[in-house]
Amino acid sequence: MNFTINGQSVEVEADIRSSLLDLLRNTLGFTGTKKGCDQGACGACTVLVDGERINSCLALAVQYQGRSITTVEGLGADGSLHPLQQAFVEHDGFQCGYCTPGQLCSAIGMAREIERNVPSVVTPDLSSASIAVDETELRERMSGNICRCGAYNGIIEAISEALVKTPASRAPATQATPSAQQGARA
Amino acid sequence: MNLFTYERASDASGAIDLARGNAAARYLGGGTNLVDLMRETVERPDMLVDVTGLPGGIEPRADGGLLIGAAATNTALAADPHVRTHYPLLARSILAGASAQIRNMATVGGNILQRTRCRYFYDTAAACNKRQPGSGCDARDGFNRYHAILGASPSCVATHPSDMCVALAALDAMVQLDGPGGARRLPLLDLHRLPGDRPDVETELKPGELITAVEIPPLPIARRSTYRKVRDRASYAFALVSVAAALDVDDGGMVREVRLALGGVAHKPWRASAAEAALKGRPATAESFRAAAEAELAAAAGLRDNAFKIELAKRTIVAVLTDLKGEDA
Repeated sequence: MNFTINGQSVEVEADIRSSLLDLLRNTLGFTGTKKGCDQGACGACTVLVDGERINSCLALAVQYQGRSITTVEGLGADGSLHPLQQAFVEHDGFQCGYCTPGQLCSAIGMAREIERNVPSVVTPDLSSASIAVDETELRERMSGNICRCGAYNGIIEAISEALVKTPASRAPATQATPSAQQGARA
Repeated sequence: MNLFTYERASDASGAIDLARGNAAARYLGGGTNLVDLMRETVERPDMLVDVTGLPGGIEPRADGGLLIGAAATNTALAADPHVRTHYPLLARSILAGASAQIRNMATVGGNILQRTRCRYFYDTAAACNKRQPGSGCDARDGFNRYHAILGASPSCVATHPSDMCVALAALDAMVQLDGPGGARRLPLLDLHRLPGDRPDVETELKPGELITAVEIPPLPIARRSTYRKVRDRASYAFALVSVAAALDVDDGGMVREVRLALGGVAHKPWRASAAEAALKGRPATAESFRAAAEAELAAAAGLRDNAFKIELAKRTIVAVLTDLKGEDA
């Protein structure tokens, strides 16, 4: 099987039953991508295929031959984190870190969906030519990534700062509204 | 997971030829349900025919309707500008389902043909007439919060899990099929079956048949339409009850036309024909909405854990119709 993984061409022999997740982790050593539920419920295995986020646990590797796959290892470089990775550090976007690679890839895929004007179920006006992204949108769009440590508030803050500007992230911190503060405690 | 061969088809006739005469072959779309079922050994195909390379375009038709290639992804359909303006209930139903990752993978054809998420169907150690005909049904007296309240049978109380199909049912969508016996069309409402005594036979598809496209007829009133899904958490959960609806009220406040379909309640997407009949020509009031909901749910039957869904379905119907009517104000 042939793939492009993080910009590098890869040719590998694999069992036809391999999921893309198992191929990445067990055969190719890209262990940044995590196996959580192995049934599409948790999002820890999220990778980007041609820029779109998918669950690699539900993907048969054989079906993705010839595609360009980006894992967490492909986001930054040695000594220089991707801006979203840096923001996760600064905003406590994780505790144990197990869901983090999936959260990062998912958020990057999400930003591209917003650029392409893909709506979500909480988008008020589907006919709008652009989507006003607020915290409600971000939480809905990231609902395919579970964090059992409950670092959601830090994750949303990090995404808001590094990737997708929301009204809250644009406002100076001193002007945070009571409802925003309440949200941060919830 | 058992061993299988993998073939990639580029058109419908090629796919049909590859699977011809092989009852253990399966067409593979995004894999979000089939791969999961293979891992659980509920599905054990000896050949996968990848049909994601078949047509997946979304084309407006001359009559004002829409033709959707079965390989279109759920995301592509929900993001399509024509769908968003002409059929918002369809866009909202898709966006209410699964997660963004899964919607990026899943195809329209695969969404229609996904299997129930009944936990006893998934658990190969449990009794399930759908998975193993004649073995019994552990759901009927088991954990059945998510199970059917309409159209169920002694042998099966499973529900069809699709959100998109609920909107397609309300829209009178047609599915285009192709197979060893040739091409044909079928109303989506006639594609899925009620369980009866053969819950293992879920659709009217003939051996080797493939969904190639979905047709949506023009429906001007669908510009004012929506989809509401009630579930145990705010996102990324299957429906307890869902409602797809379109409503047209005349200047005198009477219901001129209405479309109503329910999800999470039956073995198939449930068109609420009794409610529609009870509403047409009646005043668009809370009383009429409630009476229509009562008419639709008159035959509903609850199990140990799901009887609450009968009242929930009624209230959700009333709430959705009230919202749609309110847009006039």
